[in-house]
Amino acid sequence: MHARADAADTAPSWPDDIFATLQRFDVRQVPYVPDAGHSKLIERVLSSSTMRGIPLTTEEEGVALLAGAWTGGQRGVLLMQSSGVGNCINMLSLIPVLRFPFLTLVTMRGEWGEFNPWQVPMGSTTQGVFELSGVQVLRASNAAEVPAVLEAAAAQAYNALTPTAVLLSQRLIGAKVFTK
Amino acid sequence: MSKANLLDRRQVVSTLLANRKDVVAIGGLGASTNDICAAGDHARNFYLWGGMGGAAMIGLGLALAQPTLPVLVITGDGEMLMGMGSLATIGLQKPSNLSIVVLDNEAYGETGGQTSHTSAAADLVGVARACGIRDACAISTMAEVEAFAKAVHDVSAGPRFANVKIDSASLERILPTRDGTYIVNRIRGDLGFRPI
Repeated sequence: MHARADAADTAPSWPDDIFATLQRFDVRQVPYVPDAGHSKLIERVLSSSTMRGIPLTTEEEGVALLAGAWTGGQRGVLLMQSSGVGNCINMLSLIPVLRFPFLTLVTMRGEWGEFNPWQVPMGSTTQGVFELSGVQVLRASNAAEVPAVLEAAAAQAYNALTPTAVLLSQRLIGAKVFTK
Repeated sequence: MSKANLLDRRQVVSTLLANRKDVVAIGGLGASTNDICAAGDHARNFYLWGGMGGAAMIGLGLALAQPTLPVLVITGDGEMLMGMGSLATIGLQKPSNLSIVVLDNEAYGETGGQTSHTSAAADLVGVARACGIRDACAISTMAEVEAFAKAVHDVSAGPRFANVKIDSASLERILPTRDGTYIVNRIRGDLGFRPI
């Protein structure tokens, strides 16, 4: 059993803001590895008539999938948590080589009140890994800034082909706590 | 050297693509991408020179975006082993227009011929079937390759998977273009998409 410490006590509306932005940018394929912080957005995607939610076994599958989707004329977005970013590293090389629009939304662990030490190494290097791999990083730390950050990220990813990751901070999604 | 009962990879691929019509063909990193080029360069050839393990997923993304277009992934056993989870992802999505052919020489031919897991233990047909790809078979004759090549055009009955045991002969390298942006934009152009 687990519960979110703060933000999850009231149903957050920022996942709806994300969904609305993705819809407006005509995003069609949404590959994901589940994360609690993405659960509401995943539900919205799976019940959407225009987006296809595609569960992955590992995050790098999603990078390759987005390359194929773009070749076939569709935009996509990859949903994952920070630990999945490490799984993607070699596949991120497809982005500058094939030059397709890349947007990923990453729920952060290993920061802001994290209780699980096993999340800290990858959470601490997530931003650096992206930047070394040529992916620009934007961050949303509170619900109020989510719409503007998503708008900017989607615009630069889809209009300017700037590979972009949005880190949804643990402060935003609520630090995970486990209770017996 | 050719062994008995093992097919020639170039003959397999040229048969798969002989009457390709609107097929988009994706070649996995390694000799498969060269085989696709050897069968004839084409605006709808997606040559991979990297991203090992990603060929089937590129095929899935393309197949979902263009559900009436036959999409054919032709890759090797090593590349498929690295992306084995993608068979589970494809088995879940069940794109009816996606076909996957593994050219299985039981070795990493590009790196010195080290044996792969399919040489002794791993059964990729069994993996594909267990992942929900019901039309999964082992191919050992050119007649079966010809039948598979026809089936690729049926975009309502996939996904389908075939593992073809090929001989491990190293053939002359026929190198396709390495310019990934050109490769993607050439396919997009042929499908009617304009540059951004």
